[in-house]
This record gives sequence, C-alpha cells and structure tokens, in this order.
Amino acid sequence: MERVIVCIKPVPDPKDWGRLAMDPETKTLIREGIPSIINPLDKHALEAALQIKEEKGAEVVVVSMAPPFCASLLKEALAMGADRGVLISDRIFAGSDTLATVRILSAGIRKLGPFDLVLCGNSTLDGCTAQVPSQLGEMLGIPNVMHVCRMEVRDDKRLVLFQRIEMGALVLEAETPILLSFTKEVNSPRLISFLGILEAEKKELSVWSHEELGLDASSVGLVGSPTKMAGMLLRKKERRGERVEGDPKEAARRIADRMVQMGIL
Amino acid sequence: MDFAFSEREELLRKAVREFSEREIPPRMEAMEETGEFPMELLQPMAKLGLTGIITPPEYGGVGLGMLARTIALEETGRVCAAIPMAMQVHHMGCSVVNDFGTEEQKKKYLPPLANGKTMGVVAVTDPSGGSDVVGIQTSADRKGDNWIIKGRKCFITNAHTSDFWVVIARTAPGAKGLSAFIVHKDHPGAKLGRKENKFGLRGANTGELVFDNCEVPHANLLGQEGGGLAVAMKTVSEVGRPGMAAVALGILVSCLEEAAKFASERSLYGKPISELQGIRFMLAEIYTELEISRLLCYRASWMKDRNMRCDTEMALAKYYTCDAATRCAKKAIEIHGSYGIMREYKVQRLLRDAMVTIPAGGTAEIAKVVMSRTALAAYQKR
Repeated sequence: MERVIVCIKPVPDPKDWGRLAMDPETKTLIREGIPSIINPLDKHALEAALQIKEEKGAEVVVVSMAPPFCASLLKEALAMGADRGVLISDRIFAGSDTLATVRILSAGIRKLGPFDLVLCGNSTLDGCTAQVPSQLGEMLGIPNVMHVCRMEVRDDKRLVLFQRIEMGALVLEAETPILLSFTKEVNSPRLISFLGILEAEKKELSVWSHEELGLDASSVGLVGSPTKMAGMLLRKKERRGERVEGDPKEAARRIADRMVQMGIL
Repeated sequence: MDFAFSEREELLRKAVREFSEREIPPRMEAMEETGEFPMELLQPMAKLGLTGIITPPEYGGVGLGMLARTIALEETGRVCAAIPMAMQVHHMGCSVVNDFGTEEQKKKYLPPLANGKTMGVVAVTDPSGGSDVVGIQTSADRKGDNWIIKGRKCFITNAHTSDFWVVIARTAPGAKGLSAFIVHKDHPGAKLGRKENKFGLRGANTGELVFDNCEVPHANLLGQEGGGLAVAMKTVSEVGRPGMAAVALGILVSCLEEAAKFASERSLYGKPISELQGIRFMLAEIYTELEISRLLCYRASWMKDRNMRCDTEMALAKYYTCDAATRCAKKAIEIHGSYGIMREYKVQRLLRDAMVTIPAGGTAEIAKVVMSRTALAAYQKR
C-alpha cells in the first residue's frame, strides 16, 4: 500500500463550548479565540492509518481544510506519526457547507496524486452532519463505507471491514481505492511523544489556497453552499428532580421504567 | 523579552497534558492508599519521552532542555504531584551520571534510565541531616579494588523502585572528603530500609537505604574522589530545585482550576459564589501567586538552557513556588468550605502535597541562604 490520506478537521474544544457564539449575519460559529482540537473521530482515522503504515509501510498524508491558525493541529498529526501535512486554507472557503467542503477536499486529494485509502472520522463534534465522508467518496469516484468499527488489511488491495449496525456489524470485503469513515470503537489513538514532536519539525507541511487547487470561487464558501445555516438553538441544561417514594424494590422498578422511558436505559 | 513559548513547547505541553489526563487518574486511588509509585506507568512515560527528557539522544534520551522539563513536570503535577516528584528525582539520577560519569558509565547507566527500565536516585541525606551536606557521616573506605560503604541514607525518593543509586559518602575528612558512588541494589551489603509513610505526594516512594559494609567496585566511583560535594550541590541546585518548583507549579495550577470550578458551580444567596467579591479576591490572589511562580520557574529554566549561572534563580523559584502552593491550596480549601476538608474533593490532597514540597529538595531556609548571598553581593554597595 503506497499512500493513505486522512482528513482531519479542527473543532472547538468542548471545554470551551460555553464561550462559543454565532455570527448573526452568516449564522456560522465564531471560532476565533476559541481553542481548537483535532476532531476526536478523525484521530481514530489517523490511528488506523498509522497502524497501516507500521504494517505495510504506506505514506500517511493528513489533509485539512481550515483557517491558518490550525496548522498547529496538523503539526500534532505529524507528531503522532503522519509523514506529510497539507493545510488547505483560503478566506473564500469560510462558511462552506459540506458540499463546498467536499469540493475543496477532493481537489486537494486529487492534487496529491494516486492514493489507496482515504480515511475520515464518521462525524465531527461541531457540525455533526456525518455527510462529508460519503460526499467525498462520491466526488472522488471511489466506494465509501461508513461506521467502520473494525478493519483488517489482508494485503495491499483487500480489506475486511466491520460496519456497525444497530444489532451488530456487517462484515464486508472491499478493495482499494476506497474511502472509510470510522467509529470510536475501531482503535485507541496513540498519544504524541516528545520524539514525535521533534520529528514533526522536519516533515513537510504545505499550505494550498484556492488558486493552487484551480477552484472556482463561486463553488466554495458561503457563495458555493446550497445549504445555509438558519440559526442555532442552544439546549438549556437544567437539573430536574423527581421524587420516588415507597417500598425500595418497587421504587427501584419505577425508576428503571422511568429511565427506559427517557431513553437513558 | 519574548515571553511566548515556542510551537515545540506548546505541543509538548499538550502531549503531556493528554498523557497525564488519560493515564494518571485511574491510578490515583491506589497511590493515595498505598503510597506506591505505579511502576506500570514507567514504560508509557518512557514512550512519551518523560523519563529521558533531559538525557542526550546518544544515550537513549530525548535531549530537551530544562524549560521543556519544567513544562512537562508542571503538566503532570497539575493532575497528580506525586508523579512529577518521582520523575524529578529520576531526572536528578540521570543528570548526575551525564554530568559526572565516564563514557563507560554513561553508556551503562543512562540508557536503562532513559528507557524506563529503572528509576534514578541521588541519595544525599544522612540521618545526621540533609541541609548539612558537609556533615555526611556515611563512610566509604578503599579496600583493594573496592570501596566499603557503611551508613544509612534517609528520605530518599525512588529508593525502593530503583536498581541502582548514586550515593554520596565520606572518603576523607572535611568538605573535600565526600565522593559519589553508583551502588547497585544487589551489591553485597546494600539493603533497602524502611519505606516512609508521607502524608502527601503519596505515590512517590520515599525510603531508607542501608549500607552494611557494602562492597562497591572502584569503577563505580562517579566523578573524582573528593568531588562528591560538587556532585551533590550541582545536581540538587540545578536539577532538584527546579524540579521541585515545577512540581509545586503543577499544584498551583490545580488550586486555581479547582477553586474556580467550585466557585462557578456552588450557589449561595441565589447566585454562584464566584460573584461574591470576597471569593473573587481569593481567586485573584491565587492567580497572582500562580503567575509569579510561573515567571520564576520559567526564567530559571530559560537561564539553565543558556548555560547561565542560575543557582540563585533556581533557589528563588523553589522557595517561592512551594510556599505559594501551600498558601493557595489553603485558599482553595477555604473557597470550598466544608467540602474542602472531605477526602472526596481534590483540594485537600493539594494542600498535603504542597506541604511536602517545602522540605523536599532543600528547605526554604537553605534556599534563603543561597538567595541572601546574591542579595548582599549585588545590592550592598548601592
């Protein structure tokens, strides 16, 4: 296997969600000043790629469409073990919906040249649409499988995939090139080491704008997005108490029933 | 002056924080109960690079500087101060071999320390006293190709979790009569003594070493015969003191985090207590102590990385930060009210841990002795 591409997205750190605000004009999140992290599921995708690299010797390239300040997150991915990073960044990309995002990502991936695998996380913490992996697969003209909870690489071309479904998992056989998106069950992402940080400083990190990708400005950003954010309703978290009295066994049964009703159990 | 951290330092901080938040909490209950260092964490720490952070790469380490080490110890200390306490003593064990060892000794002892196979120890404190280094009574007498060591060392961190120790012993009378030896735990006459039961920094093993006519080969003399005082003083002042300061710095960060979080959540009089001016003043005081301590610790480390003389700055950082950690842990407990004295809440551990940092690695009074020399020399003629 020659090349594995991993798409990573910066998302606002959940610890700082309380400080997030929405731009009233564009209805998009104001991300400036809010620390970003690599989307957690994308880290699982990167870990899958690194395991393939260790077994098969493939080059791992991380690609991200993000503002310039997110270059540090690509450095983090390089420190984890990726070989090369590509930051696709341009002011005109701001406000892109999933379709516009996929136009940008696919242009970047095509510019990189031949690949065997494109790996993604199933969804992101912020948008939660889970649309990008399938759309990207379609735009690249390759098959795609979502909800991969386990992967076995048989050889350079063949994979066995376990796709999470409600009652268990489907077992699929697939061939490269293919796009896969992962659930968190697939692996436990490695931590960065100090040596990894030092090695990352020597690795290539490119920054590409829309001109280098040959993208038409009308196909990206808010202008190129068929879907528009209408607004955001924040759910208020309140503590609610319900008192259950009576015989302890009977009370326990009623509490369990209530938890099933509420979807907790 | 550029007060910004480099990209490398920021990423290092992030890496240690993620590691500490993932790996340390599941082990804390056992550490508090037993006082034992979680040895299963040694290999993951080696993989991270923490055990070899200041050891040169040619001996298996990462070869980063003192500022990187300070950041790493601060971040682990933010989660549990016992871990960086054990690590900073381990680093003393690494640096003493690196600074004073022959090439053969470095090749033999530094790789297992860097790779997390064993823990580093520098045994200075005699029962006769730790502050009075020149008063050391543990003796070493030459007998043919060996040295025979007699005596005890007490309050030695990592004593029971190490395969070998650097021991300071008296080979002749006077200040120039101290020498350093690398003693293996299986050298004849080398024994492990009692394990101490500290009320804080539980998880950093502290114990006694006993040398009962312990035979050590002459090849295990570290540095020059009679050079032991320099070995001890350089290691304590340039590695031990900044290490302890970094441990206390981590405690300070946690004090502010815990106090701010509790004050934001606890409601009295219909609003969070963080809106009460009295509580705000206490938070501001903790914040002040934290920022001062940060500047002192980072500056001393920055100087060490540039090979500038920094023993005074190290002493100042250690003295101030450890004291500040104790003051701020007390304030954090007060902000918590009665919850602060319950074992379920972290702040009580912060106070216990902070208090143990004060005598460890040199007392506040010894730090003041060092600082007063500089204060007099630099300012008496103005």
